Amino acid sequence: MGAIDSLPIQDEAGFFEFARSLRIRALDMIYRARSSHIGSCFSMAEILSVLYGGILQLRPGEPDWKERDRLVLSKGHACAILYAALSERGFFPLTWLESFCQNGSRLAGHATHALVPGVEASTGSLGHGLSLGCGMAIAGKWAGSAYRVVCILSDGECDEGSIWEAALFAQHHKLDNLMVIVDYNKIQSLGTVAEVLELAPLAEKWRAFGWTAIEIDGHSVRELRESLGHFPIEMNRPSCVIAHTVKGKGVSFMEHNLLWHYRSPDAEEFARAMHELGVGSVQ
Amino acid sequence: MRTAFIEALTDLAGMDQRVTLLVGDLGFGVVEGFARKYPDQFLNMGVAEQNMTGVAAGLALSGRVVFTYSIANFPTIRCLEQIRNDVCYHRANVKIVAVGGGYAYGPLGMTHHATEDLALMRVLPEMAVVAPGDPVETAAAVWALAAHDGPAYLRLGRAGEAVIHKAPVSFELGKAIQVRDGKDLCLIATGGLLQTALRVADTLAERGLACRVLSMHTVKPLDEHAVLTAARDIGAIATLEEHSIVGGLGSAVAELLAETPGVRATFKRIGLPSRFCSEVGDQDYLRARMGLSDQEILNTLKPLLAC
Repeated sequence: MGAIDSLPIQDEAGFFEFARSLRIRALDMIYRARSSHIGSCFSMAEILSVLYGGILQLRPGEPDWKERDRLVLSKGHACAILYAALSERGFFPLTWLESFCQNGSRLAGHATHALVPGVEASTGSLGHGLSLGCGMAIAGKWAGSAYRVVCILSDGECDEGSIWEAALFAQHHKLDNLMVIVDYNKIQSLGTVAEVLELAPLAEKWRAFGWTAIEIDGHSVRELRESLGHFPIEMNRPSCVIAHTVKGKGVSFMEHNLLWHYRSPDAEEFARAMHELGVGSVQ
Repeated sequence: MRTAFIEALTDLAGMDQRVTLLVGDLGFGVVEGFARKYPDQFLNMGVAEQNMTGVAAGLALSGRVVFTYSIANFPTIRCLEQIRNDVCYHRANVKIVAVGGGYAYGPLGMTHHATEDLALMRVLPEMAVVAPGDPVETAAAVWALAAHDGPAYLRLGRAGEAVIHKAPVSFELGKAIQVRDGKDLCLIATGGLLQTALRVADTLAERGLACRVLSMHTVKPLDEHAVLTAARDIGAIATLEEHSIVGGLGSAVAELLAETPGVRATFKRIGLPSRFCSEVGDQDYLRARMGLSDQEILNTLKPLLAC
């Protein structure tokens, strides 16, 4: 049994508890797999908690349900925490998570749809997800369907020209059934965003591309519920939520630290991180 | 071929509302009629092939049958990773259409020479690769590809190619069309070189040599039966393609012949050398400069005919 007993989650405490559970599961997966990207998972724990805990209309028993909301994790390297969320929502057994990145597993180290119910699209090469989302969104418009499409981008991913091709397309076609959430944790692969390829002013860039863009604290459940729950933010325009987040959020020695884009925790670090996440009090 | 393509696609779109055409801001004088007739089945994506291909995959995953359209290398190599990841890995029902295969846009320069596309598309899992030999095959290919559930690449010439098949043909993906029969040599052509193959066969006929000519409109999946039958019946095979000698039809046939036990056939790949063409000229001129004139082909075939 996962951390969520009933859906949608009703109160802030419930969402924080779901986010904490997702962090714990992702940390456990990455530690077992000696894998990377824990910092990129932790920065979006509250985002996934609010989406999978209440916002997204899904049928875990019927993953191909036509009217489902679509979530495309364009930052496919942070898939461990997506798998955790899908598993908690009942798309597949929690026991699968233990096999993350292992020989013979269904769960690869970048989001993979092929063997995993609930994963809309396989990603891992950055800059692909928003175009896929645009295609799903305009198909929904043409079909008169009410489903919504959410694409989660990383900040470093916004270096890719294809993101801006898709951004032009979405505003041109007034795709107000499409929302981008940028997990703006300010650290990319070889340094801070400011050092590598400055994105600021990021919200202004999206606005200049014709989107309605707002900036929120991506770890505030209240702000996430307010912004993601009012979709579209503005009729006839695609929505962009710039979620200011902290890389490695939730574990003190991982926060704001480039190292945890790559590093897999050793046993001692794993124990300390689990302690900080209050392990013992979840299941 | 371009005209046959858009006419067939327009007919198809009228019968099947899932059929959707995405163009990369190219197709002046070609696509306007389709766009006017079926506005909810058409998008001009702008000059943005990566997004065009990703959107095509997203549409296909939502139930559409999507054709992407541009010229030369733009719908293929420019967005190769979107084709690999978004289209092929998801088995998205996307058909990539390139106008200007080979040197169709010869005078426009190297950027517009589509000479590695068959190899690059052929190597991708799930991808069917089709290069029709004339307008009749082109129209048939459009219908066949729409009925084929999965990714495909359709390589066209441009407008105005000669009609080879004077009567309707039985067109099946993965099944070569035998245009004429003979016992001395089998010429297997793909795309616009079908016409060249027939001219070469005519010349050889004047010399008393009879050629079997196959239109191998589907490079992948290859019609292995047709190739192996020719190897057994005739024992001398040459492939003809307006494409690099690396990785296209000739390679596919060579791989099959080399790995099939008991096959004894003399074999020659005829195509373009693996180098860029910096010369300036039209399609016929560049073909001739790169070894695809009738005379050069005949010279190349000599060793096979001596056997």
